[in-house]
Amino acid sequence: MIRILKAFSKRILNSLFGRKEEIKLGFYGPPNAGKTSLANTICKDWTGEEIGKVSEVPHETRQVQVKEKVVVEYKGKKLTLKIADTPGIATRVDYEDFLKFKMKKNTAKKRAKEATQGIIESIKWLDDMDAIIVVLDASQNPYSQVNITIVGNIVARNKPVLIVGNKIDLKKADLKKIESAFPEYEIVGISAKSGQNMDEFYEALFRLAKKI
Amino acid sequence: MSEKRGNNNNLKGLSLHVLPFSEIQYLSITDRIKKILKLILGNKVVILQGRLKVEEEIRLVEDTMAMIDHVKQFRGIELAVIEPDMKEANLIDKMKLGLANKLSGGANALTIIGPATVVKEIKKDPKKLEIYLG
Repeated sequence: MIRILKAFSKRILNSLFGRKEEIKLGFYGPPNAGKTSLANTICKDWTGEEIGKVSEVPHETRQVQVKEKVVVEYKGKKLTLKIADTPGIATRVDYEDFLKFKMKKNTAKKRAKEATQGIIESIKWLDDMDAIIVVLDASQNPYSQVNITIVGNIVARNKPVLIVGNKIDLKKADLKKIESAFPEYEIVGISAKSGQNMDEFYEALFRLAKKI
Repeated sequence: MSEKRGNNNNLKGLSLHVLPFSEIQYLSITDRIKKILKLILGNKVVILQGRLKVEEEIRLVEDTMAMIDHVKQFRGIELAVIEPDMKEANLIDKMKLGLANKLSGGANALTIIGPATVVKEIKKDPKKLEIYLG
């Protein structure tokens, strides 16, 4: 009985002060930016399990992958996340691009079809998210219309956003370019592969959670 | 939909279609996107006066993906928006541009949308725009 009352009062307090028990955190961005790598790093850090497979072939994630009850405890603070790793958003999907990776024609065509459906699915999930991490490849030009469209749509939906410049371990990486392309947003540079700067990322994640 | 002859220019197989904002001003989102995609399916590079709203841009991506599945040889689109750089402009100029944009759907901007099979890549940085043809 006491437990029921405790849970009830917690729920009431949470709804009064706007604190969510579990934050739905979406990972968005163009293909091959490292969304799954970052989601894997977080999930591995706090649950010991990965969320999905990564690959150098674009559109490896073709369905939204979800990991629930990811509890992040950092410097005495605690955050429970429902992580949604989404397929990369693109304006073109060409099966011939996959043939360069020694894929058979039929497999490439199937992958392209799944990728197009995945992009539509990604967009549909946007409304359901509480906050969004936009993952960009810091070694690529950030001024692509896809990046601007993704960020614009998140802001238009009044979702708090954190932009992550991934792959800062690469020589070509230039975080300043991302900062000048999106001057109004908080930007954190990381390497999901090597774990570089993840502390700074977690600090930013808690700041993002406060905006919900 | 009728195409205005005077708005089409052919350059070695590249077909540009200039779409004034007034032609789409009163169309619904669905009809705007339909009109643009119809031109793109005709292998035309569309130069739209103004820019699409954010919800229109994402709808364009969704409809493009649905069409890749259903239209043979269609591989998607390349898209870019060029806007005047107002970082250095004074407050009055910024206000003037803001008002003009509100009245005209961002008429100071130009949106370039082309079929991915024709436009291989649009490289954009704040100072220049490069279009690579396929």
